[in-house]
Amino acid sequence: MTTYAFTLNGSPQTVDVPGDTPLLWVIRDVIGLMGTKFGCGIGQCRACTVHLDGAATFSCQVPVSAAAGRAITTIEGLSDDGSHPVQRAWMAMDVPQCGYCQPGQIMSAAALLAEHPRPSDAQIDEAMSGNICRCGTYNRIRQAIHLAAEEATR
Amino acid sequence: MTGFTVSRRGFLRVTSVAGAYLLGFRFVPGCRDQVGWAGAEGELNAWIRITPDDVVTLTISESEMGQGIMTALSMVLAEELDADWSKVAAQPAPADRDRYGGQSTGGSTSVRQDYEPFRVAGAAAREMLIAAAAETWGVAPASCRTERGYVLDESGDRRMSYGRLAARAAEMPVPTKPTLKDPSTFRIVGHDTKRLDTPDKVTGRAVFGIDVSLPDMLIAQVERVPVFGGAVRSFDATAALQVPGVRHVVEIPSGVAVVADNFWAAKRGRDALTVTWDEGPDGTLDSAQIRQRCRDIVSSGTEARREGNPDTGLRAAAKTLDAVYEVPYLAHAPMEPLNCTADVRADRCEIWVPTQSPSGSQGAARQITGLSAAQVIVHTTYLGGGFGRRSQTDFVKDAVHTSRAVGKPVKVIWTREDDVRGGYYRPAAYNEFRGGVDANGWPSVWVHKIASPSILLSLGAELDGDLDPTGTEGAANLPYGIPHMQVTWAHPDSPITLHWWRSVGSSQNAYVTECFFDELCQLGGVDPVEARRRLLGAHVRHRRALDTAAAMAGWGSAVPAGHARGVAVHESFGSIVAQVADVSLRSDGTPRVHHVWCAVDCGIVINPDTVRAQIESGIMYGLSAALHGELTIERGRVMQSNFHDYPVVRMHEAPSVDVTIIAEGDPIGGIGEPGLPPIAPAVCNALLRLTGKPVRKLPIGRMDA
Repeated sequence: MTTYAFTLNGSPQTVDVPGDTPLLWVIRDVIGLMGTKFGCGIGQCRACTVHLDGAATFSCQVPVSAAAGRAITTIEGLSDDGSHPVQRAWMAMDVPQCGYCQPGQIMSAAALLAEHPRPSDAQIDEAMSGNICRCGTYNRIRQAIHLAAEEATR
Repeated sequence: MTGFTVSRRGFLRVTSVAGAYLLGFRFVPGCRDQVGWAGAEGELNAWIRITPDDVVTLTISESEMGQGIMTALSMVLAEELDADWSKVAAQPAPADRDRYGGQSTGGSTSVRQDYEPFRVAGAAAREMLIAAAAETWGVAPASCRTERGYVLDESGDRRMSYGRLAARAAEMPVPTKPTLKDPSTFRIVGHDTKRLDTPDKVTGRAVFGIDVSLPDMLIAQVERVPVFGGAVRSFDATAALQVPGVRHVVEIPSGVAVVADNFWAAKRGRDALTVTWDEGPDGTLDSAQIRQRCRDIVSSGTEARREGNPDTGLRAAAKTLDAVYEVPYLAHAPMEPLNCTADVRADRCEIWVPTQSPSGSQGAARQITGLSAAQVIVHTTYLGGGFGRRSQTDFVKDAVHTSRAVGKPVKVIWTREDDVRGGYYRPAAYNEFRGGVDANGWPSVWVHKIASPSILLSLGAELDGDLDPTGTEGAANLPYGIPHMQVTWAHPDSPITLHWWRSVGSSQNAYVTECFFDELCQLGGVDPVEARRRLLGAHVRHRRALDTAAAMAGWGSAVPAGHARGVAVHESFGSIVAQVADVSLRSDGTPRVHHVWCAVDCGIVINPDTVRAQIESGIMYGLSAALHGELTIERGRVMQSNFHDYPVVRMHEAPSVDVTIIAEGDPIGGIGEPGLPPIAPAVCNALLRLTGKPVRKLPIGRMDA
């Protein structure tokens, strides 16, 4: 076991785990924040998307050793109360169905909007096609991203 | 229609619904641990409790797996209760057969079964609130009315909130025949309503089964028997037990459970495990053998439908056509991997599980532990997708066995690989068609022979008349007035476990029938919409849905260069859905679905936005199967394992969708599944028009333009 220190949702964290432990399982099993989801374990579905130094990253493929010293944001850290523009747009469009993939979708969308405040459909395709939704909420996700962009730049 | 009598504890009598069930329970809002719940103040009946803060807590016994049922049924209760919707909260119910009867969510049945009884429950509670206010004011109940969470007197001068009245109302006699609202006055039901679960689902607060955490809980993975019908022969846990964090390695019926402090330790322990399998009799089974078994028996099936004389019809036909249509096994692959948490003690077993079947979960745990129903407590969490898979109980059994073996609470988490390879699939099917058209080109004869493993037999049920309705649904009830018809069904033996997969038999039968119908239209040189309209005859609702979708798409008008449109209409679970798909081919020959126009006739609509969402959902789920979905078997094993080799539709492949809801007061239909069946044939029929070549096998793969 080795000790790894990083910043999680603005607070310093230290964990004592094997260095190959994926960040996903550190967040869920060690720290106990359950909003970041396990979907595939091989970087194919991105239910586990978090922000690593601001960039959307699938946490199932990041060993905790690679996260040391970096700033991590999970869905719980996006806002305290669901007030992030992406979350507000998701509520306005009633995007979620089962909801399981939505924290990952929202984290991917928030990173996209941070980079491209008014994304095109092609940019949405590129940024969001890594995130699988088995309920098929893709159209509402697209609409919600456009809505969030409009609200944020209004 | 309404034959429901409500009591404080639930419905005493359901006289008009098949499989009548007795509903009711006690619930303590705010108390997460529902063990030993008792009647609470302000509880007007089994579903409705109103607290002094005017919060209306509705407890819903159907599982929320994305279909919006907690919101829809709350809308029905709140409508007849005349509640203030902004004060409504919904909670899942615990499993309790004595109070509920069987609790199982599936078959697009929830609203169909619960709409009328929930109206009665809401209306009865409303009349009890009126009675309490009337008594308080010393006036006749008939002189009082309600308005959004308040009871008002005749003049409107006096009013009391439901929250102030609830405790007294709970003591009032329960009306046996409460007056229901005139549906034309509904202000909640039938109107777009925001889902109650959305805020928790966009903040990460929603608790799914995989998120359950208990003191001293261990986490387990199961190295599962990889061959259908196989078993563990022996295993060596020495290396696994040396992995830091691994606490136990125990054999359970489904394989070898590695029990650890956390998921990653369990995974590393599982990787270090050595297991020798007894592969059983099917260790050499492959997809080709299953297909051959189907071909061998397809002509000797049991007749499920016969009209006229198919032999005569074929002889009289102007032209005939033979075709073979095939679909593969499919996994459900819900986003939340299967999981269950169990805490088995000597005298008690508590389960937290994302399940479509709380009753089945309770029964499975009772069978393993020998405990009574009162001793097995089932907490249903949010479900991260279900699609039928979560009405099985194999993952529940894993957790109960493992917790029992190690004497601690255990959360068993399946990996995605476990899920894709874990069985309970949509069966493969092999279909032989022979059809013909008359001198005018209209389809005149239809012979459809199905060979497919039986879901019901796989589940241990018996067949009535050697027919499995889950294999013939959507085929035997073909709505077209074709003069000569025969539909037969045969089933090969197969050890591969089967289960309901969203829309069940209709998931393949809509595809094969609607595509062969278009092949006959092509043979006869007739327009597919016109042919359907003509042959749908007395099926007014089908025709209306078809006409609506065709009008939405501008059927018959010019389409963009390189595009073509295909149509399909299908009834399932009491709803009729027509779709037109706009499709082109990419340069690599793979289809691109640009847009889908959809008309859905579900009779009565509770939440229109949820109906639209479920149609969108069914289209994407069905499109995943049409474009990509395929499990193949080699050496008795499933070859696919995760989303890289069992791909599903992603954002860049998702068509835009327009939905028109038809709700003209016909019998209420389901909505979780009926959006799915028409999409594969609509897309394939577009490809037939685009390329001239039929798509007779799913997934579609590449086409040559």
